[in-house]
Amino acid sequence: MGESIVRLAGATKTYPLPEGGTITALDRVNLDVARNEFLTLLGPSGCGKTTLLHAISGFVELDDGRIWVDGEDVTGTPPHHRPVNTVFQNYALFPHMTVGDNVGYALDIARVEKAERNQRVGAALELVGLTGLENRKPRQLSGGQQQRVALARAIIARPKLLLLDEPLSALDRNLRQAMQIELKTLQAELGISFIFVTHDQEEALTMSDRVAVLNKGVIQQIDRPRDAYNRPVNTFVARFLGASNLFDGTLQRDGTRLRVVTDGQDAIEVAGAGDAVPPPGARVTAMLRPEQLSLAAGGAAHAATLDVSVERIVFIGSTFEILGRTAAGQRVSAIILANHQHMIPEIERTKRARLAYDVVAVHLISQPGTAA
Amino acid sequence: MTRMDVKSRQRIQLGILLAPPSLLLAVFLICPLAIMVIYSFLAPGLYGGVEWEYYPHNYGRILGFADPEFEEFDPVYIAIFLRSLRIAVITVLVTLVVCYPAAFLVSRLPDRWKSFCLFLITLPFFASLIVRLFIWVLILKQTGFINTVLRHLGVIDRPLEMIYTEGAIIVGLVYIFIPFMFLPVYASVEKLDWTLVRASQDLGATAFQTFLRVIVPLTMPGIVGGSIIVFIPALGNFVVPAVLGGAKVLMLGNLVEQQFLSARNWPFGAALAMMVMTAVLVLLFLYVRSEARRGDDALAVR
Repeated sequence: MGESIVRLAGATKTYPLPEGGTITALDRVNLDVARNEFLTLLGPSGCGKTTLLHAISGFVELDDGRIWVDGEDVTGTPPHHRPVNTVFQNYALFPHMTVGDNVGYALDIARVEKAERNQRVGAALELVGLTGLENRKPRQLSGGQQQRVALARAIIARPKLLLLDEPLSALDRNLRQAMQIELKTLQAELGISFIFVTHDQEEALTMSDRVAVLNKGVIQQIDRPRDAYNRPVNTFVARFLGASNLFDGTLQRDGTRLRVVTDGQDAIEVAGAGDAVPPPGARVTAMLRPEQLSLAAGGAAHAATLDVSVERIVFIGSTFEILGRTAAGQRVSAIILANHQHMIPEIERTKRARLAYDVVAVHLISQPGTAA
Repeated sequence: MTRMDVKSRQRIQLGILLAPPSLLLAVFLICPLAIMVIYSFLAPGLYGGVEWEYYPHNYGRILGFADPEFEEFDPVYIAIFLRSLRIAVITVLVTLVVCYPAAFLVSRLPDRWKSFCLFLITLPFFASLIVRLFIWVLILKQTGFINTVLRHLGVIDRPLEMIYTEGAIIVGLVYIFIPFMFLPVYASVEKLDWTLVRASQDLGATAFQTFLRVIVPLTMPGIVGGSIIVFIPALGNFVVPAVLGGAKVLMLGNLVEQQFLSARNWPFGAALAMMVMTAVLVLLFLYVRSEARRGDDALAVR
């Protein structure tokens, strides 16, 4: 991936709790962000993603570990000396300044010559599609426009790295989706690395080159979105990156067939081949995404099946969601494409469904303690 | 009922509600003020009171075109006027310098301590103003607290002249007006959005640049409000110079009081009072106009 623009080694930060004791926001985090990469930090609130962001921007001082930006050790450097800019969650536009002065702030501070300053402010505003609004005040703009001003302000000094702290969380759904695409385009155009913080998994999967899933101050997995989605390293990542059916059980070999048998004796067949299949007898979790389950029509031979009693059928539009239980009582969710909807009345009548899945699609997660 | 009816009814209701305070203001503020304005243009009576004839020389005595027959222009009045202005400005600056950092300190405290500090700030209002000022007499006088302590420590062998000086008046005014400065300044500091400070630093500004470009402009309404609230009563103050300035250091308030009660020259007293009011009004007018020019700025700062 070439040299990295940001590198963290052993970054650790703990905060004291008001009731005594401490909470670990970052626990020996190592991270490498490549030049021109769009990395997303994803995790539930309190997972340490904002602390990680602020450690890079300089607003949080690490207890331990080091940070390099573009090869330079910035561990003790104050925020205003770091070649890094931030788009804040609530935009943090200066209310007493015009849009133009907000965008030009970094240049005014750096005493950039007036003509160049004005030219660059104009260019930045054009880039985010706000030409002609220089003399407005931030409060005269809509939320989406304020968002763009914050973006223009953060990129005008040509930082080596742009940090975005849940910048889209205050926008409504449609605007958010439009901005996601725009941000990705902008990043490619500018050629600077973005580190984007969010708790919205869809946002993370849509935009990123890589996703880092954080929980309890530890990076659980850092991978390309589709790899993290299809091959999560643990059940936390599996659950956080979308709905999943997880079957805890023991791996058993039955002739040529390999399967995961749960404590309730449900069996999920898995592909015998593959690189990292644990030995038979190991405790594993089998993961099946709801969309990998389909209705078994006429019993296609290559697919494995799972019989469920159906509890609820939800019509979503382009899809149906079938919620059911296995014989052992485990909940199962299956997303059925609408072109199978001719089978729905039958299922509604019998309250039973046979779900089919491709054994290759089943992902095995080693359970802690049994892995290697 | 049509909309017009509702509107005119509302107008009548508003009129009824506003009538008592309007009457009160007319009788107790506008009328006395009008009397003062008229008196300031009348000749003083020989034994007090006024002669009903036009006489511009009351202002002349202050500004330099005195009645050549009876009076001479005396620059002492302008001197007192300027001294009062100076003392009021210094009072504003000192209270601001004391209150501004203190407001930041208090605003960063946990909520419990915050309300306790605000309570402490208002505590002096529970004691009489005169009592509080006489305590300063006890502290500052020749045989007072400071001089006694310093002499016993051997720092000085002759008592310092502290009381009955301009310095003593400023100390007293600052002491009295600190709460008036603190509360408005605190109100705007408390509202300050600290992510804006972070944003400024993130964009490369040092702490000092951030202070000048972000913190000061955003807290300006409190600074201006506090300055006005302190400046106006400080300029015309009469109790503090009376107690701590003695007969040596006069301010406009004392001069007015002397003219009315001792010299029995009511028109001249009225003219002096008008001068104070004019100074205040001119300053207020300049402030309002600069606010209007910045227009929506003031709104943007909430």
